Amino acid sequence: MLTIDNLSAWYRHSHILQGVSIEVKRGEIVTLIGRNGAGKTTTLKTIMGLVAKSTGAISFDGHSILGRPAHERFHLGLAYVPEDRRIVPGLTVEENLRLGIIASASRANETQMIERIAETFPRLKQRLPQQGSTLSGGEQQMLAIARAMMAEPKMILLDEPSEGIMPILVEEMFAQFRTMKAQGTTILLVEQNVELALSLSDRVYVMDQGVIVHQDSAAALIANPEIQERYCSV
Amino acid sequence: MSGIGLELLALQLVTGVALGAIYVLLALGLSLIFGLLNVVNFAHGAFFMVGAYVGVFLFGLTGNFWVSLVLTPLGVGAIGLAVERVLLRPLYGRGIDYPLLLTFGLSYVFIETIRILFGLTGMRFPTPPELRGAVNIGIGFFPLYRLFLIGITAVIVFALWYFIERTRYGLIIRAGARDPEIVRVLGIDVSKIWLLVFGIGTGIAGLSGVLAAPLQGITPEMGVPVLAEAFVVTVVGGMGSLAGAVIAGLLVGIVVSMTSLFAPEMAKVSIFILMALVLLVRPRGLLGRAGALG
Repeated sequence: MLTIDNLSAWYRHSHILQGVSIEVKRGEIVTLIGRNGAGKTTTLKTIMGLVAKSTGAISFDGHSILGRPAHERFHLGLAYVPEDRRIVPGLTVEENLRLGIIASASRANETQMIERIAETFPRLKQRLPQQGSTLSGGEQQMLAIARAMMAEPKMILLDEPSEGIMPILVEEMFAQFRTMKAQGTTILLVEQNVELALSLSDRVYVMDQGVIVHQDSAAALIANPEIQERYCSV
Repeated sequence: MSGIGLELLALQLVTGVALGAIYVLLALGLSLIFGLLNVVNFAHGAFFMVGAYVGVFLFGLTGNFWVSLVLTPLGVGAIGLAVERVLLRPLYGRGIDYPLLLTFGLSYVFIETIRILFGLTGMRFPTPPELRGAVNIGIGFFPLYRLFLIGITAVIVFALWYFIERTRYGLIIRAGARDPEIVRVLGIDVSKIWLLVFGIGTGIAGLSGVLAAPLQGITPEMGVPVLAEAFVVTVVGGMGSLAGAVIAGLLVGIVVSMTSLFAPEMAKVSIFILMALVLLVRPRGLLGRAGALG
């Protein structure tokens, strides 16, 4: 589904990603872990096309996408939920959801999709007419994920969805990810909550200082506390 | 002041609203463009002037004011589209001063071009026959053309409100004003929205040029004072706020018209005094919010 080969990316003059290679197969949940500043967020942004300068190769669903603008990557079936959620201020919950499908070819199904999403995310259902910015942090995260799911993407990139959210909501959210996987969505997850992420994932990449330093199945990494200790403890 | 009755005051108020109508249209375009593109359009007054000339040209060609009224904003908007696509687009992401200097220079190019095509001296733009004369509006006789001006501005304001608040494109525009990056992530080519918005803004400036022409006649320099006044209106209303543009446009119109009744020599200065007062109390303007459409 997604093959990243020797990817480099720069912010102004700093060389953030220094030759990252990652592969995510169709239907997998793959997690990217590592310390703050390891380059995880930059990796997701570069996949989505939000980093100005990058080299290497990214192939998504058979298309070479490096150098293509973000909106074209969306139309190939790629979705991205940024770390800061980016609920658009001044818009209601429903308008934020509509925005998720507004550019999509399946726009005609907008009403059904909102109903379906509201069933999947019952917390959002009662809040459709409310301003998106009035939701709690956890609800905003749900909304950001729901908005990204509106156009039924083939693959979704999730940046630290559990950050700053009540544990009960985090579990609810991770249950959603299992459902999304069961429905065929491929997921690339960046997560600080390593334990929870490992319980959900098929495979894991460990990142440090802009390169991949380790990769394994989630089950094998759970049995390898040394690696977790070396690259993930703060 | 003993000679000034209530009816005269009321008539002067309506005159102010009619004057404000032109300000409203200009400020809407300026605010829309600033709110989305973060471009301070110094060519807005020149687009207004070009609108007046295109209007008089089409009026002369077709002999029909209404045809000219419909075609002029389309023509001026088309010029706006070309300007955005060819000249402004390469400047995005380079800071606010680049487009500002570009549009400033562009306004002189427009003025010179019009001077070459239509001459240095001004032209008259006759009020269309069907809009001449005055009608009794209950408080006295009021020029029909100014009533028409108020009416057409109300129609444009409503249409723009409907477009932005009730349509799919409007939702994209509102979201794009707040967070262009997330809009791109959701599959929208933001550069097309910016193009569209610049076209709409300059098209409305062109329309206000035709509408203002019968009131004041047209000259190549007519856009210069108008630009300063339109900026005052957007600053009073709050940069980027569309509701603010409407309220401030009417307010400025009424203040100018009332001042010219009581102290005609103060009329030009009055709007700057109003701006100073508003900014003392609300530095962001009446409905201002940094860089967002409200």
